[in-house]
Amino acid sequence: MSGTNRYHRQTLFEPIGETGQDRLMESHVLIVGAGALGSGSAEALVRAGIGKLTLIDRDYVEESNLQRQQLFSEQDAYEKLPKAIGAKNRLNDINSMVEVEAIIADAGADLLSELAPAIDLIIDATDNFDIRMLVNDISQKFEVPWIYGACVASYGMTFTIIPGQTPCLQCLQGYLPASGATCDSVGVIQPVVQHVVSYQVTEAMKLLTGNRAQISGKLIAFDLWKNEHMEMEIEKLKKPDCSSCSENRIYAHLSYGNQMKTTVMCGRDTVQIRPQHGIANLSKVAENLRSNKNLQLSWNPYLLSIQDENFRIVLFKDGRALIHGTMDEMEAKNVYYRYMG
Amino acid sequence: MNLVINGNSMELGDEVSSVTMLLEHLGLAEKPLIIEHNQDILQKEHYRQVMLENGDTLEIVHFVGGG
Repeated sequence: MSGTNRYHRQTLFEPIGETGQDRLMESHVLIVGAGALGSGSAEALVRAGIGKLTLIDRDYVEESNLQRQQLFSEQDAYEKLPKAIGAKNRLNDINSMVEVEAIIADAGADLLSELAPAIDLIIDATDNFDIRMLVNDISQKFEVPWIYGACVASYGMTFTIIPGQTPCLQCLQGYLPASGATCDSVGVIQPVVQHVVSYQVTEAMKLLTGNRAQISGKLIAFDLWKNEHMEMEIEKLKKPDCSSCSENRIYAHLSYGNQMKTTVMCGRDTVQIRPQHGIANLSKVAENLRSNKNLQLSWNPYLLSIQDENFRIVLFKDGRALIHGTMDEMEAKNVYYRYMG
Repeated sequence: MNLVINGNSMELGDEVSSVTMLLEHLGLAEKPLIIEHNQDILQKEHYRQVMLENGDTLEIVHFVGGG
């Protein structure tokens, strides 16, 4: 494909034009999370001809993702392909001119700090506020805008955070759910994912093509099922003593220790364990466990899956493990130590 | 008293006189929310003082985490 005609309809759109397209093609966007929102944003930006896309995700594809996570196929779920890899494969098929970097990892402070200096914009496609607070600190510290987005059931929400201009997520902390309280069991429908993605990607296009004046500046929320649409000017909630964006900033979320961390994954009956020391030798672990006839082992180049009577443990190369079958962090640690020593 | 909440008209007794009382009435008292009252965003600390009048419009949104 020559590529000369590829973006014709987009460059015809006057606010973007050839100049905007050139800017898009020089931009580097980071998407944190490659689930429902991440799949949608990634596909839209890659089709639009973004220069480079970096995707971070810690999970792998499962059957229950396919209803709304548009980049993945049945084969990806069958192979338990890491989402970052499944997404990259599909994105490369869609537009081979875009450089896609896939990172299979938990988006921690170190990784984000390493990436941030080269990034023009961060799109939030995470599923919890712990990571969003980290993204928010990174955004303020490296002066990179980020676009919050979230959805559950038929309700979605988005807000564009521009350092030095808008309130940041830390300013809004008193209005956010307590840590871990956002796990839901009410499901989600695919159109609301697309609706949030539409807002996020359009805001991204405005920012990246030099159309900052068009940025909405408002907190936008909607319930597609209840036919509700809300927009709010929240400038007044910017906190003069905010710990992330004021002169007294301390970036509290970046200094959170490096110890072993356990996280209960939203609505999944799963605990993630991130050990202090990264990197696991998957073939060595498999070798050690092979003699145990009570275990079923399966693997691909990125992860090892261990099934015992009660739990399924999925071990990634970066040392993380997902313990399926429990939401109890202590129990998950016990299972982890049973097999990983 | 008639209020318009998230675009929907709602009839309420006059005893629901403040934003705090409205939230209690709607079962949202302890929920983390952002509230706009007649196009003016409210600080949490002011919910108790802000009095409601017939015809007021409110937008009430809550943050969600999923994605």
